[in-house]
Amino acid sequence: MDLDKFIAAERPGWLRLDEMLARRAEDPWAEMTLEEARELERLYLRASADLARLSTLAAEPDVQRYLERLVARGYAEVHGGEVRRERFQVWRWLRVTLPQAWRRQRKAFGLALALMLVGAAFGGAAVAFDPEAKPVIMPFSHLLGDPSERVAEEEAQSRSPSGHHSTFAGQLMTHNTQVTLTALALGLTWGVGTLVLMFYNGVILGAVVVDYVLAGETTFLLGWLLPHGSIELPAILVGGQAGFVLAGALLGRGQRQRLADRLRAVAGDVVTLAVGAALMLVWAGIVESFISQYHEPVLPYWLKITMGLLELTALIAYLGWSGRGAERALPKGGRR
Amino acid sequence: MTGAAPVARMAEMRLRTPEGVSFSLRLASPLLRMVALLIDWGVVTVAWGLVAIVMGLLELLAGDFARGATVVLYFLLSQGYRVFTEWAWRGQTLGKRLMKLRVVDARGLRLTLSQVLLRNILRFVDALPGAYAVGGVAALLSARGQRLGDLVAGTLVVWEQTEPSPDLGLLGDNKYNSLRGHAPVVARLRQAVSAKEARVAWQALRRREQLEDRARLALFGELAAHFRAVTKFPPETVDGLSDEQFVRNVVDVLLVK
Repeated sequence: MDLDKFIAAERPGWLRLDEMLARRAEDPWAEMTLEEARELERLYLRASADLARLSTLAAEPDVQRYLERLVARGYAEVHGGEVRRERFQVWRWLRVTLPQAWRRQRKAFGLALALMLVGAAFGGAAVAFDPEAKPVIMPFSHLLGDPSERVAEEEAQSRSPSGHHSTFAGQLMTHNTQVTLTALALGLTWGVGTLVLMFYNGVILGAVVVDYVLAGETTFLLGWLLPHGSIELPAILVGGQAGFVLAGALLGRGQRQRLADRLRAVAGDVVTLAVGAALMLVWAGIVESFISQYHEPVLPYWLKITMGLLELTALIAYLGWSGRGAERALPKGGRR
Repeated sequence: MTGAAPVARMAEMRLRTPEGVSFSLRLASPLLRMVALLIDWGVVTVAWGLVAIVMGLLELLAGDFARGATVVLYFLLSQGYRVFTEWAWRGQTLGKRLMKLRVVDARGLRLTLSQVLLRNILRFVDALPGAYAVGGVAALLSARGQRLGDLVAGTLVVWEQTEPSPDLGLLGDNKYNSLRGHAPVVARLRQAVSAKEARVAWQALRRREQLEDRARLALFGELAAHFRAVTKFPPETVDGLSDEQFVRNVVDVLLVK
């Protein structure tokens, strides 16, 4: 083969492909015209053919490496098109993608919820029947004292707020997000870590609830927990849900796909749920800092309880029904 | 389309495309990855230092709000830096860029935002119980050097050297070639010189600028002597030619038909 002539003849095509790929890399969502798409495919196929021809000559490593790199980039661009290529739309993601992912993986959510409820029953029973268990279960010192004393303290403090609401909100958001992402990441332990975390969170919740109920402070408890808890607890459950989805793919029970394919199949949903949980925690952090810490007489309990119930209802409606129309519009098994 | 099929599993991973050609991805060594990690850690530390100064000044004006924003900003910077840069720079952070590393899809396809997010969310487990012990062990045990986050996200970290486009004008650039008018000499050369020998001489010419002067003279002296021994050249074809020019002329008539 006349190599120099070959290179001279093919080089403009390679440079054109190089340029097109660089442009695609700059803006992967940019619309391509039909002509551009055809040209890209033609140049990629030609570069592939050139690489195949050059591969028969062992003595041209530089050009071969250049072409390999070019073909590798072209391959990602031409064959990567199986993923939907529309520009990311925040509103669509919120309205359709997140609730759809939640519904697809609702069994994992059910498992996380069941574990938390079992943990709550355990924690509640422990505090109800063995008061000495309280210091062992409660991780926060401010929950260790007598509930009625704390209610009196909180209501007094509520009249003269500390003025550190933003700092507190920031700390809550970041801390809770870390806990939630931990619940997700621990799915890598074949779900054991997530399982323990869900159960443990349930134990604390159950212990606190029973402690306050037995002390006759149910109204305070609901007014304190519901405004932020109605979003925060589901967010932690969504983190656990993502962890169990991951664990399910790792275990692969009843699935014939290879591990890599199983993981790839759930990756989108896992990430969507993780981001969704993080966003819910931002809301919960703001509410906990700016609303939950105010008690009667500053904020009446009925108002806080109503707000919490409304949030919970809205969340259930959102996750349960939002984007159902788009689901029906898709072919069976299709995803967006 | 299920992606390219891996055809080898070594420090270099070869993928075969449906078009029947193979390309290789050179896997990044754990050492290079560690250096990149340290650079990124330094970047986040320095960036945080700068942000903290600004937020400190802002705190004088906005108090609680600035403190709250500082907490959130630190979280976003420490956790979001890698996600943002790997997505914006197609698989590279500053550390990876300096080390010529890149995160790529394990099937050679385009890296997606989900993959970037997932491998970084799971970094938490890889970093356990400290100094990336879990991730390091996983990478050492994995045939493709993947930490757990990479395994789940279906990504690889590869070492990537930019390949310059092949240069032209080495041969066949219309310069006068004293051998061109001597068909019997050219015929004898083509018969006597193997393709492999011709390629060696071609490579020498291609890389001539990278050689030290003395080595360049010695190499082309050797090659010229080799070709002169193959056949007899009329004096007018070689007179006044340097060894390098002679080799160039020989390769020209051998490869450019």
